Amino acid sequence: MSLYRTELRRLAKRRFTRWMSLLGLLVLALVVIGVFFTNEKIDAAALAKAERAAEQQWQRDVRHNAQYRAECDEAKAAGTAQAQDFPQDCASIQPPPREAIATRWFLPSTFDFRQNFGDTLLPLTAILALVGFVVGASFVGAEWNTGGMMNLLLWRPRRLTVLLTKLAALLTGLVALAVPTTLLWFGSFWLVAVFRGSTAKMTSGAWQSFALTGLRGLVLALVTATIGFALASLGRHTAMALGGVIALMVVGQFGLGILLAMAGVRFAEAWLLPTYAVAWMRKKVTLEDWNTCQATYFGECKPDTLEITWQQSSVLMVVGFVVILGAALWAMRRRDIS
Amino acid sequence: MPAVLEIEGLRKTYRSRRRGTRHALDGFDMRVDEGQVHGFLGPNGSGKTTTLRTLLGLIRPDGGRMTILGHEVPAALPAVAGQVGAIVESPQFFPHFSARETLSLLAGAGEVPQHRVDEVLELVGLRDRAGERVKTYSLGMKQRLAVASALLKNPKLLILDEPANGLDPGGIREMRTLTRSLAESGMTVVLSSHILGEIQLICDSVTIISLGRRVAFGPVEQVLAQHSSAAVRVRLEAVTDLPVAAEALTRAGIRVTGQADHLMLAGVDKPATVTRLLAEQGLYVSELAPVAVDLESVFLELTATAPVPGQHRQVDQSTKVGGAGQPGTAGGGWGA
Repeated sequence: MSLYRTELRRLAKRRFTRWMSLLGLLVLALVVIGVFFTNEKIDAAALAKAERAAEQQWQRDVRHNAQYRAECDEAKAAGTAQAQDFPQDCASIQPPPREAIATRWFLPSTFDFRQNFGDTLLPLTAILALVGFVVGASFVGAEWNTGGMMNLLLWRPRRLTVLLTKLAALLTGLVALAVPTTLLWFGSFWLVAVFRGSTAKMTSGAWQSFALTGLRGLVLALVTATIGFALASLGRHTAMALGGVIALMVVGQFGLGILLAMAGVRFAEAWLLPTYAVAWMRKKVTLEDWNTCQATYFGECKPDTLEITWQQSSVLMVVGFVVILGAALWAMRRRDIS
Repeated sequence: MPAVLEIEGLRKTYRSRRRGTRHALDGFDMRVDEGQVHGFLGPNGSGKTTTLRTLLGLIRPDGGRMTILGHEVPAALPAVAGQVGAIVESPQFFPHFSARETLSLLAGAGEVPQHRVDEVLELVGLRDRAGERVKTYSLGMKQRLAVASALLKNPKLLILDEPANGLDPGGIREMRTLTRSLAESGMTVVLSSHILGEIQLICDSVTIISLGRRVAFGPVEQVLAQHSSAAVRVRLEAVTDLPVAAEALTRAGIRVTGQADHLMLAGVDKPATVTRLLAEQGLYVSELAPVAVDLESVFLELTATAPVPGQHRQVDQSTKVGGAGQPGTAGGGWGA
């Protein structure tokens, strides 16, 4: 227990931990501020203004349509080469109905908590995962690099206990950062919705859904932090984790993405990790293959689809978590410390 | 006197596809008795640090047996770690923490009362600089901090690898005094150092290692005595008489090495024999001095690492014991 408390103290005392946490919070604050200032509340005046704009747009479309119809009739009557640029039957050129131009298109951006808040949990999770990853990698990587790990093992010669205690301290620290941050995130966007949008239709089911998404985000951040920690411990240097991720992203994701696109592989995104992260957060991602066409009874062309579910993502996360952490523990137990 | 540290037949082999097999420790033995200051000497790459790391559980041995305070290690290391303070090789600390923070975190991890932090900072002379970041410290100050961290546990066995490294002359003397006073208080100290004059001054006993094997061990006086060559330096009034003198002494069965202005004699039982022999030849001695052997010369002789003019000795070029014609040990063995 004393080792755990000491490692928590060590984590909190590290400048890198403090700066990265602060930087993460700053980015999140900027997102909230940005959303606040790019949205506004819809009142009767804004609604009337939007209706006027929709009406004006419809009238412009009707005028253009009539002009186009006239040009078509003229070209057909003259029998010029330009006639081929128009439909065969000029009668098919009809003005759009008034309801085709929706008033909401002309409304200013507004923050509907029920509709929009779920999407904001994605950047929150991304920032928390990034902070968790680099702080986790640095927490153990710097210890290896500066000889701190060796010093610690002279005091506590139980290698696995030391490594797992450090990990436990890291994850505790991340939870301590993530939970208040997530609560602040909820609160901040609630205020954004109150002053710059709407908080209507927030049922208990909607709250439950957001809470579960937030929880999945926390789990993703914890898994990412553990992987960063384990990679840095494997390489005994922070750069091992950071370099590994850059290599994975550049070679394994961008490179693989380009290669799969060139090879014309169906559902290429199914091979890319971010797809699974998004599926984990949104519970489902539907990939579409527009190269195939499934004709419907109404003559529409619908692409083939592939669904990536959060359950599939969870299998991938568990496998990655177990393999990388297992390798780090094995190396910690077996390799000499010099 | 009971042994605090015993090592028998310790082996560690490194295998590499490119560099082949290297025996870092090749059946190494060591024994340190309670309350002693024990010098652990060896040339660079001889296996000193590997021995200490293996003893402390940082390196997995390939064979052999080790005990600390009567407990088999590394199995019982968690049980005895609280009684062993150690610094291994150069001191390494997190550069952005202060000395006090560094020691406080170690004390927390080792369940040592926090008041020990100030005690050891006072002991190593860092009290007034304890709040500064370690990255601002000189090598000598880091060395003091390392010693402080090893002393934090108030250990029964203190292992110091090159503790005087980077210390100023005053610091070296303080370290010597500290080591002696710790030993007087009942602490057993193992001191690895290349400053052989210091070792000779501080240590009760020594172990000399070369290429992973012990080449000498025992009380310092005993090791010196066993490797004393009974050498005598002779100068004559006239340098031109040296060849005649050398011939006369050689005829008498004395091994003579001629130098520019003097002769070095070996195998001389009684210096008076030399004066008598030379006087018979009408040669008059201006200086006749027995050459005292010191630990440095014994070390260089045993490890065959004395510099030779015109040659550049490589790290692994030193003596390995066990073969015919190799230097022997100064007696004793496991449990001796």
